[in-house]
Amino acid sequence: MSSTANKESTGTSSLSSKPSGKSSACCTCSSPLLSSSIGRKWIVAITGILLILFVSGHLLGNLTIYPGPNWINAYAEHLQSLGPFLWVIRLVLLAIVGLHITCTIQLWMENRAATPQKYAVTNTLQTTIYARSMRLTGLVVIAFIIFHLAQFTWQGFNPVTRTWIDAQGRHDVYRMVIAGFSNPFVSAFYLLAVGLLAMHLSHGISSLFQTLGLTTAKLRPLFERAGRIIALVIFLGYASIPLSVLLGILRYPHVSLCPFVH
Amino acid sequence: MNFHLRLWRQKSADTPGRFEGIEATNITPDCSFLEMLDIVNNRLITDGKEPIAFESDCREGICGTCSLVINGVPQGPGRGAACQVYMRKFKDGETIFVEPFRAGSFPILKDLVVNRSAYERIMRAGGFISEHTGGAPDASAILIPKPVADKAMDAAACIGCGACAAACPNSSAMLFVGAKVTHLNLLPQGQPEAKKRARAMVRAMDEEGFGNCSNYYACEAVCPASVSASVIAKLNRDYIKGEVSEAVGAID
Repeated sequence: MSSTANKESTGTSSLSSKPSGKSSACCTCSSPLLSSSIGRKWIVAITGILLILFVSGHLLGNLTIYPGPNWINAYAEHLQSLGPFLWVIRLVLLAIVGLHITCTIQLWMENRAATPQKYAVTNTLQTTIYARSMRLTGLVVIAFIIFHLAQFTWQGFNPVTRTWIDAQGRHDVYRMVIAGFSNPFVSAFYLLAVGLLAMHLSHGISSLFQTLGLTTAKLRPLFERAGRIIALVIFLGYASIPLSVLLGILRYPHVSLCPFVH
Repeated sequence: MNFHLRLWRQKSADTPGRFEGIEATNITPDCSFLEMLDIVNNRLITDGKEPIAFESDCREGICGTCSLVINGVPQGPGRGAACQVYMRKFKDGETIFVEPFRAGSFPILKDLVVNRSAYERIMRAGGFISEHTGGAPDASAILIPKPVADKAMDAAACIGCGACAAACPNSSAMLFVGAKVTHLNLLPQGQPEAKKRARAMVRAMDEEGFGNCSNYYACEAVCPASVSASVIAKLNRDYIKGEVSEAVGAID
């Protein structure tokens, strides 16, 4: 029995044309679950779900700009009043983004190593542009997030906005956002970034169901359509804000769009 | 019909390859792609040149040995294996690129022939069932619901040709492994190994150096057996179930 097993294993190693890149490539953990191809894809999918929830929650918060400064400034003040807990949320988000990116880069490097030579004739074969551009859209989105944090959280580009106070003595986020998006370059970058984010989500949302093993042949087209629709709704929600500023629908001082909300 | 072939020529696994232009003249439209290559080879031999090395076996679309990539499509245009591609599919005077499967885990042996032993080694890790020897049991002794039998049969249609990994931009073998795991895990005969199968086969797949699935579904588009990528979802599910069971000590 043992001799057969030995023969088997030596046969395998001599037949094996190339050494395994996979087990050595993952250095984050030794658990087979988390170092395997599928295990790390689960991490990408689960962190992806959390980031989609963040993106949706953030959008709902942002939309409070439409009822006017009272709403968005109160919302911002409420967030700031969380104090140390806000930092916990930030660090957790940072860890989620870090895991999402680390696992993706590892998987991508392995994929490159697994495909040493491309075909002379490229054929996309059913693959969507959304799926093929995941790395590019992801990279632009992360670059945008850094810019976005510098602009609206740290307020490093225009520090005077830190001193803007509304009638109730709260930080005037409303005025800061209008001032920021009045710059067409800032708005253009924002629109580009949320457009690419929507492309990323369009593949990501349908893809995570497949990775988590929740799809069937019947359900997959539905998940794909749901991914497109959710991505489009998120894009329209985010894109509406800079567009409203550029079109003068949102302006400072605030002009109420609705007579019932002040 | 006449064709300008751009064929991949490579002497051995260790030497670099390159494309060679070869003219295929006076080919009847009803020739299969492989017959066309036979004709070209006969002429090359007559001229004292080295014939093109390519694989084929059944030539009736069953075995999947003919691992050609025609104009960037593994197993050629249309559904089915490359031997089922006929020259009438192409335009007269067309330039046709013929390449071997390109995946790091399928090393090229010569010209258009690759070594697909990696799939065999994955099968050895879990693509089997344990069964008593002796007289064959009564075929109807074990009841299998029709929908289950249908799903298992759809997955069992996989011939292990390797087109899925060849078509995948990441050279991922997930459609192949998914098909085997779905086929055997759905049936009662596959239950003794069901919990370990996905785990063992995915580990073997990773060790062979295949890439990771990015849900591009190019595999599904070229599969000559029309295996659906839903087998990959089942593989993902069964794999995690197996790993979690092992981690918490539910099975050995």
